[in-house]
Amino acid sequence: MSLSELPILVGATHSESEPKPQLDRRDFLKVLGGGLLICLAPEFSTSQESGRTFGGHELPKDINAWLHIDADGRVKVFTGKVEVGQNIRTSLAQAVAEELRVPFDSITMIMGDTDLVPWDMGTFGSRTTPTMSPQLRNMAVAGRQMLLEMAAQRWNTDASKLIAESGTIKTPDGSKSLSYGELTRGEDLVRTVCDPPLTPATEWKIAGTPVPKAHGRDFVTGKHQFPSDIIRPGMQFGAVLRPQGFNATLQSIDTSAAEKITGVQVVRDGDFTGVVAGDAFTARHAVSAIQAKWNVPEQQGNKGLFEYLKNNPEGRTSEPDHQAGSVEQALANAEVKVEAQYTVEYIAHAPQEPRAAVAEWDNGKLTVWTGTQRPFGVQEELMHAFQLSPKQVRVIQPDMGSGYGGKHTGEAAMEAARLSKAAGKPVKVVWTREEEFTWAYLRPAGLIEIKAGARHDGTLVAWEYHNYNSGPAAIGTPYDIENQLIQFHPAKSPLRQGSYRGLAATANHFARESHMDVVANAAGVEPLAFRMKNLSNPRLKAVLQAAAEKFGWGNVKSTPDRGFGIACGTDKGGFVATCAEVAVDRASKQVKIRRAVQAWECGAIVNPDGLRNQVQGALVQAIGGALFERILFGNGRIQNPVFSKYRVPRFSDTPEVEIVLLDRKDLPSAGAGETGIVGLAPAVGNAIFAATGVRLRHMPMTPDNNIVRA
Amino acid sequence: MSKFLLQVNGKSYDVVAPADETLLSVLRNHLNLTGTKYGCGEGQCGACTVLMDGAPTRSCSIPAVAAAGTRITTIEGLEQLGRLTPVQEAFLEEGAFQCGYCTAGMIMSATALLRDNHSPNHEQILDAMNGNVCRCGTYPRILAAIKRAAARETAVGGGQ
Repeated sequence: MSLSELPILVGATHSESEPKPQLDRRDFLKVLGGGLLICLAPEFSTSQESGRTFGGHELPKDINAWLHIDADGRVKVFTGKVEVGQNIRTSLAQAVAEELRVPFDSITMIMGDTDLVPWDMGTFGSRTTPTMSPQLRNMAVAGRQMLLEMAAQRWNTDASKLIAESGTIKTPDGSKSLSYGELTRGEDLVRTVCDPPLTPATEWKIAGTPVPKAHGRDFVTGKHQFPSDIIRPGMQFGAVLRPQGFNATLQSIDTSAAEKITGVQVVRDGDFTGVVAGDAFTARHAVSAIQAKWNVPEQQGNKGLFEYLKNNPEGRTSEPDHQAGSVEQALANAEVKVEAQYTVEYIAHAPQEPRAAVAEWDNGKLTVWTGTQRPFGVQEELMHAFQLSPKQVRVIQPDMGSGYGGKHTGEAAMEAARLSKAAGKPVKVVWTREEEFTWAYLRPAGLIEIKAGARHDGTLVAWEYHNYNSGPAAIGTPYDIENQLIQFHPAKSPLRQGSYRGLAATANHFARESHMDVVANAAGVEPLAFRMKNLSNPRLKAVLQAAAEKFGWGNVKSTPDRGFGIACGTDKGGFVATCAEVAVDRASKQVKIRRAVQAWECGAIVNPDGLRNQVQGALVQAIGGALFERILFGNGRIQNPVFSKYRVPRFSDTPEVEIVLLDRKDLPSAGAGETGIVGLAPAVGNAIFAATGVRLRHMPMTPDNNIVRA
Repeated sequence: MSKFLLQVNGKSYDVVAPADETLLSVLRNHLNLTGTKYGCGEGQCGACTVLMDGAPTRSCSIPAVAAAGTRITTIEGLEQLGRLTPVQEAFLEEGAFQCGYCTAGMIMSATALLRDNHSPNHEQILDAMNGNVCRCGTYPRILAAIKRAAARETAVGGGQ
């Protein structure tokens, strides 16, 4: 992920002058007890993605312990990455088990606890597999090497003659063996690691296999504690007064009715007004009893949004993202010319678990359990707000009820901390669904304008592409086009916007792959052949071929009742191709996705079951943004902040789905959390066109009861 | 304030709560039974589904006091003596979750469905489950899990 692709976040704090979080080595060892401690060479640690500077924040060089082998042979692995449903608690443990040569079950992943794990930028951008996994594997290889040497020393032999297997070091004839626990007992050993050779994917025994989700049983029994499930002794419940609209100013406030409720404490601090009560119901009741009048200014709404985004640039005009040849000249001479506009609405992440936090103050130290993709980011927010040192703020991230890029910020953590400080007791804050829709942030809306030129034989010659506000992720075309001008234009967003699964890659693929279909149609070339003709990237061609084969592309012609569409793309090291079949009711023009085939490739597969789940889930989630999800807003208010007015994909929307995974053991593993979301919308749009002749250029394509309107 | 007795997972609880506090809020915030989840507060997502006398019920949408006198089963009440129900087993075997936040509600709705109908067809499963949202998009696996559970069992153990 390049810095330009970093989430556009309003309200996130990345101050340059903040103290750097650090973990005291003695505290660290106190937590761990005795055993083998492996450290990472600073020069290596700074080369990993998480260690790059980010808003002036550098990875602390003095803290880099990632892995610990207990005296009983159990292995603890420490990472600032967090589990949000993408299954990295399992896949990272597989990678470590593989390299350390221990059973999967002997690994315990310690994740997202700022007191225990090395600093990390956060869990986003599909970065865990390509960056954190190799880092942890390096540690594991070094640990294995060290254990081999320890055994060799005891047996007075050469380490290269010994074998590491299933948590033991043994001689080739099996006459001598020592468990890792027996080797490390009572010793605290430190070694600096450089860049040891990793086990090639072709030799993987634990990585590369479909290990089931770690702690799966806790999820089917209700035992797993999500952030909103945390309970602390003496805990109170908090709720916060919300303005009547965005950018509102408080005109008057009367909290007397709330204060009269038994057990309620009203907390006011500048613009912040909240309440604390002994139970959640009373806290909500008390907030609703507060009489507040707000001035809400007139603001941009859905009407005229895309003109607004085009006419309200943010900052100075940016440089083109890609430029080659002369688009102007090529377009003037092109035999086939097509231009069009594509638009995408704001949509919400709507994670099933809304923002939640429990905060507790103890002797000046603040501990917060919260759902966030950036525990260290939240720690910084809290340090800043309460003027605390890193040691005085601990953020713990229990595996949470998803995020999809929507939980980079620490609003609930901040609110719980403020209320807890005032109340002198632990306080839990759980946002309502309406708060989550209204006061979190959204995937950016955007306008995309494309001018394309081609020869009659289907060779693309010109591609001019402008994206207003939606973002630069995957803005470049993977097709070979001699003359290109591609540019992202940041705009002043009327709504708070930020990261999202795939972020702008969804809009950019929708626009590009829809327009590819338009050009193919204008040139009279079959859509798959048209793509293949203009592609040289073998990985993208391979997924296209695989999806087409599985789908039976071209075997049946589209009819007014049934349409077939295809699309492909790449972002963040993942390659995807999607084929969709839609059924259209001829009379009502109602559309339903009947079948989807998605082929996927992201290098060597670490866990085929987890990967399949991710790629399939991304495709199903994509149905919402493709067909019906959109935020309705005006005058500073979200008008559909509830599930009864904001339609998300359900069982009945789900087509028959087939996922084809291509395993490239010769290539490094890339992340797979995001890019599986980009192929469905254009494939469906192209299928709708094939059936009806109607080209839908707006996401969502069928917001009103899935009816296709010209 | 109302005082009433709630029978949850075979245990009786004395509850003192406002008359309009929801069953979900009482389960989670009074009884510390946090396996049942809040998702929307308007009965639209199914995360809060519990069984009331065996019937799937959105606990966010009824006052707790209205549940007095019924037998309530939550996700915590399915496992018996360390044994999972066939639906729970099937969810594990199919890997029918990602973040797992909707899982409790999914399992409760599926449990109710299979208790009434041991071999539902595809359309009947959709009808019964369509009020449950999985934002991670694991619907195909959940459908497979329900079909797997239906194929295996003849009588679903659904708690009391």
